[in-house]
Amino acid sequence: MSAINESVTHMIQRQRTNAQEAAKPTDERVRKISPWRVLLDRPELGSIAGTVLVFVFFAITAGDSGMFALDGVINWAKVAGYLGILAVGACLLMIAGEFDLSIGSMIGFAGVVVAIPPMYLGWPLWASVIAAFLVCMALGWLNGYLVMRTKLPSFIVTLAFMFILRGLTLVLSTTFANSTIVSGVGSKFDESPLVSGLFSGTTFHGLFSFLASHGIIESFPNGEPVVGGIPKVLLWWIGLAVVAGFVLARTRFGNWIYTVGGDANAAKNVGVPVRRVKISLFVFTAFCACLFGVLQVAEFGSAASDRGLQKEFEAIIAVVIGGTLLTGGFGSVIGACFGAIIFGVVQIGISYTNIDSDWYRVFLGGMLLIAVLFNHYIRSRAASTK
Amino acid sequence: MRFKPFQATLAAALALGLGLAAPASRAAPGDRYVLVTHAADSDSWWNTIKNSIKQAGDDFGVAVDYRGSGNGDLAEMARQLESAAARNYKGVAFDIANFDQLKGPAAKISAKGIPIVTINSGTPEESTKIGAIMHVGQGEYDAGKAAGDRAKAAGIKSFVCVNHYATNNASFERCQGYADAIGVKDWRSSSMIDTGMDPTVVSAKLTAYLRAHPKTQAILALGPNAAEPAIKVVEDLHLKGAINFGTFDLSPAIIAGIKSGTIQYAIDQQPYLQGYMGIAALVIAHDKNTKDPATIIAALKANPKFQARLKEYDLKPIYTANGVSSGPAFVTKDNVATVEKYAGQYR
Repeated sequence: MSAINESVTHMIQRQRTNAQEAAKPTDERVRKISPWRVLLDRPELGSIAGTVLVFVFFAITAGDSGMFALDGVINWAKVAGYLGILAVGACLLMIAGEFDLSIGSMIGFAGVVVAIPPMYLGWPLWASVIAAFLVCMALGWLNGYLVMRTKLPSFIVTLAFMFILRGLTLVLSTTFANSTIVSGVGSKFDESPLVSGLFSGTTFHGLFSFLASHGIIESFPNGEPVVGGIPKVLLWWIGLAVVAGFVLARTRFGNWIYTVGGDANAAKNVGVPVRRVKISLFVFTAFCACLFGVLQVAEFGSAASDRGLQKEFEAIIAVVIGGTLLTGGFGSVIGACFGAIIFGVVQIGISYTNIDSDWYRVFLGGMLLIAVLFNHYIRSRAASTK
Repeated sequence: MRFKPFQATLAAALALGLGLAAPASRAAPGDRYVLVTHAADSDSWWNTIKNSIKQAGDDFGVAVDYRGSGNGDLAEMARQLESAAARNYKGVAFDIANFDQLKGPAAKISAKGIPIVTINSGTPEESTKIGAIMHVGQGEYDAGKAAGDRAKAAGIKSFVCVNHYATNNASFERCQGYADAIGVKDWRSSSMIDTGMDPTVVSAKLTAYLRAHPKTQAILALGPNAAEPAIKVVEDLHLKGAINFGTFDLSPAIIAGIKSGTIQYAIDQQPYLQGYMGIAALVIAHDKNTKDPATIIAALKANPKFQARLKEYDLKPIYTANGVSSGPAFVTKDNVATVEKYAGQYR
């Protein structure tokens, strides 16, 4: 009996698999897409290709200069990490069809809001850090609310806040510190293990010391490793990118972001809470800017009213290099992260080459243009072969 | 050019500048002098100068007005100069933020026979062309050269110029002076890094440079924006004391760096002298009815109140043939305590 049973089960199974295989091509509504095709359609492809291009360039021009030694990598990765934090926020907001030009000023503003209360008003540091995040996110909310309420372009509304926040930063720092730099905050971070544990210095120091003591990584003459650990900014960047990337690609909210950026009216008609989605993204972008500001204050032990100057543009550049459309509706967090890497590598890489530093800006702009054009070329190639 | 990164933030101050501009006191002009500057009213570096002209007014028994330019706009400054001419001040001091733009308004002041002294930005040659009695400022090239001479005496042969404001000519002259003093020829391609203002980028680029050029003997930072991240880099790379680290200008972090030995010296242009001596020279010129800089300097040197100020704040003017240079003065471990005491007020 059992033998018959078994053979019957086999037969049924075989039939099922056959049926499945046969059914696939018969569904004429689903076009067959090759894996190569899927890859080409990803927004981040161009920026990954651009990153490879940039690395090849520096491998040739600065390969033996220490740029790709461990400390060299950490060095430019930190620059990319700072920018990447901003780019993650700006990317989601841009996919949703909005800009925030106030993030650069918000970096400076967040810095003085962190630095002044503990230095001049006797607050504990943790309280001022929380206050900075709350104030910045409230400002982000206000930005979003004004944009949604007035239907004015976010470009104009946030441009106003770019000036207002930069001005407030100056007022706060000159009023309290009688200088545009608020120094001495470093000692407050040293006194607060919780806050410095979150924002300052590096982590995995033990691992790096261990590696250095076994000669696996380079060390200073006194035995300290040349790299004391992974900078916190990189961990924050990776963490934020993973969370934002997951939300965008795998959740309903992520779909809403794409929909809202593609066509806000249509999105509204199908029941997407457009206002809530956009405002929450303004808040998230402000959070990212504030995080940048706090990390920088923690790293350098001072806040200054010119921190974050022009970072709003750098963030937008990174996001666009990353394949996100300026008009919204298309893009990816991974792409923006690669865009930030390109920017960071190009910005720092020239110090490792023997190019005259007067040419630095020409070179930076040129490399960015090449990266964008290359990205655009790859994507238009991809689109035309559809 | 006053060499601080604040110009960059002037645009931001635009939103506030006009609102903050102090209303002019409307007293009838008696023995009244004025200082007109290109600086935004909220620029803290100029606090020292504002304080100094107040003290000069007290010491010489005259009234002194300060006129900034709202948001740092030179057109605004030109208008301020024209109104100074119209108000018949006894003397006008101003900084030559831009020679071509300010020579017209300056001519209107000279046409009325009002004496002029120029301070801060500009060169002695421009000052003479404008018809000023003298110029009180710091030659940028000379300041860089003085720093380089100091480095040369310490045996320095190579350096890196941390330039956070590469599009400003003063930066260029400072590095050039230093390079000439220690005899580095090809410094623009070999010994300068254009870092921009962002401290993360400044530190990353300086680290990159020092790792790629481990034989670099000295760092020259062109201001607090360059120096503060550089302090951290020097400490992180365990180069403290091993590398000759000098910087322009002062800030609390730079003062702390000098105390701890990370920074060997800071070059101070002594803004107090620019404000005080600018006004004092005008008062002497008016009272003695002279336009001879030598006579004025002699009178200044003999003035006990001025000498007392110099002693109190530990200031050292450098007298030249036809004027006076407010800097460079060096702040080192030896005199850092006095400087710290008065930082932001009179230093």
